[in-house]
Amino acid sequence: MIDNHILGPVFIHLFTAILQLVAWRKTATQRVISAIGSFLGLLVAIRLFTKVYTTGILTLNASNWEAPFGIVFVADLLSSTLVLITSLAGLAVSLFSSTGISRQRMLYGYFPIFHFLVMGLNGAFLTGDIFNLYVWFEVIIISSFVLMTLGGRKTQLEGAVKYMALNILASTFFLTGIGILYGITGSLNMADLSQKIKLVNNQFLLGITSTFFLIGFGIKSAVFPLYYWLPSSYHTPPSAVAATFGGLLTKVGIYAMLRVFSLIFIPDDFTRNLLMVLAVLTIITGCMGALIKLNIRRLFSYLIVCHIGFMIGGIGMFTKVALMGTLFYLFHDILVKTNMFLIAGLIRHKRGTMDMKSLGGLYAQYPKTSLLIAIVLFSLVGIPPLSGFWPKIFLFKEAFTLEYYAFVAALVFGSFVTLFVIARMWSEVFWKDVPANVDIEDKFEPLPLARKILLVLPIGILAAATLFIGLNAEEIVQLVDRISDQLLDTSAYVQAVLGNQNL
Amino acid sequence: MELLLIILIGLLYGAGVYMILRRSMVKLLLGIMFLGTGANVLIFLLGGITKGKPPVIDEAAKMFQDVYADPIPQALILTAIVISFALTAFAIVLLKRVYALVDSDDLDDLNTPEEEDI
Repeated sequence: MIDNHILGPVFIHLFTAILQLVAWRKTATQRVISAIGSFLGLLVAIRLFTKVYTTGILTLNASNWEAPFGIVFVADLLSSTLVLITSLAGLAVSLFSSTGISRQRMLYGYFPIFHFLVMGLNGAFLTGDIFNLYVWFEVIIISSFVLMTLGGRKTQLEGAVKYMALNILASTFFLTGIGILYGITGSLNMADLSQKIKLVNNQFLLGITSTFFLIGFGIKSAVFPLYYWLPSSYHTPPSAVAATFGGLLTKVGIYAMLRVFSLIFIPDDFTRNLLMVLAVLTIITGCMGALIKLNIRRLFSYLIVCHIGFMIGGIGMFTKVALMGTLFYLFHDILVKTNMFLIAGLIRHKRGTMDMKSLGGLYAQYPKTSLLIAIVLFSLVGIPPLSGFWPKIFLFKEAFTLEYYAFVAALVFGSFVTLFVIARMWSEVFWKDVPANVDIEDKFEPLPLARKILLVLPIGILAAATLFIGLNAEEIVQLVDRISDQLLDTSAYVQAVLGNQNL
Repeated sequence: MELLLIILIGLLYGAGVYMILRRSMVKLLLGIMFLGTGANVLIFLLGGITKGKPPVIDEAAKMFQDVYADPIPQALILTAIVISFALTAFAIVLLKRVYALVDSDDLDDLNTPEEEDI
């Protein structure tokens, strides 16, 4: 069904960013515009999601070019759900930034670039054209480069070099893959590709092409041998920026993998086994990193890597139950990881440091906020009935059924290490007394009440969303059930894009 | 012509990978540029090279009568060139700033112990 409202989430952030460019250097105006824009974006995303949920897949042909020839935008359940969650996370980060980002950074255009980034994310989720996906990826990485370097401190720039080099490399791999794919099939439309790829005889060439995509998306989503840029750069920018990056950027890689491997390259045995091996190694190396880090944000960076492994494993098994687990985990992970970095920013505001050795006593001083944070941490660990628990059931069950015992072991190990490091962090940061020789540099107390609310409210919003998907797991399971059906049987997607001619 | 382009692509990719693996920042930059150019030439080659047949339909005919040059790879390359231009411009400025701060061209020197930030 053709629907012009698909692009709403893209355009709202585009116009928000442009308005903010008009209000250059007027930081108070920019903050208000950002909050309003993100809120409108959330409303539009909710509307898009309900429409897709009730009526089915929506499409939009750019400039009304017929489907395989022009650029097509598609909102199926996966895209619209991710747009919804991204908008929610975007709203939270936008509110947090209005206090959490220094005025100096705002003067150099933090807010416009942030909205360009969210625009790029929404565009990447909604496009149905593989080259257009590449272009959205570039929108995302250029915005993220600017956010990463904004402020220009030495560590930040050093992290940015690593981040930049590997992300450009990933894009080049992705572009190479697209070039070869176009050479083989003569099409760029993903639905059309899924039909034409069946007619290709040269399976070996297809295997190589899919490897290019795997490497490109693997670098983006921080999979085992390709993740080293992540822990060496994510701890450098301000926490609000790290929250956007940690929560959303790696997940675009997972989304792209889900899309490309479900529509175009249906994983064969080799790809599946490769993905499973990568998943196990990603979990183990991520955990090893998390175990030795004492800086909260470095710890969280490694936990991102570790939990990416869970999702890669689900894609590797590529059965209905495994995909349900992956999707549920993806939704949960976006909310929780964004929130974790916001929490790190809040702790930094209250104590002036993120090093566990010099932190302590937060529970005694702020019991209510600590309880809020505890909900998020418990969700991350996966204590039933919170949101991290449900997807793991699906992953465990399917890994047992398919006899991937190494993956089961890695899942257990990953969950255990997550529990251990979070428990250690809780006791170090919240329960332990403040170390005697540490001067607390509290920037939180002197703030006016409105500013304090702006710092805590986003964490509350995201924690409420996490609680919702945890306690309301029944409906989320029904949702991921429908999405995984759409991923495994793509005929509905193809039909929505191409019409009936090709079926 | 095709063979020439294939060799050129191989050279560009090979040189790009080699340069990226070096420790110097300037060579990293060159490597990124080589790889980007290599990808562009690859798309150009795989789109099929057709000589002197612009994709324009005669007024008399309603559709293409002959093999024609595919315009899509050219559109793709144009987009990719613009994007890689922007990325390279950013990379040059970033590396120049880092060079000014670190005072070294060696990528292994980018290991300042972490400091705290807001």
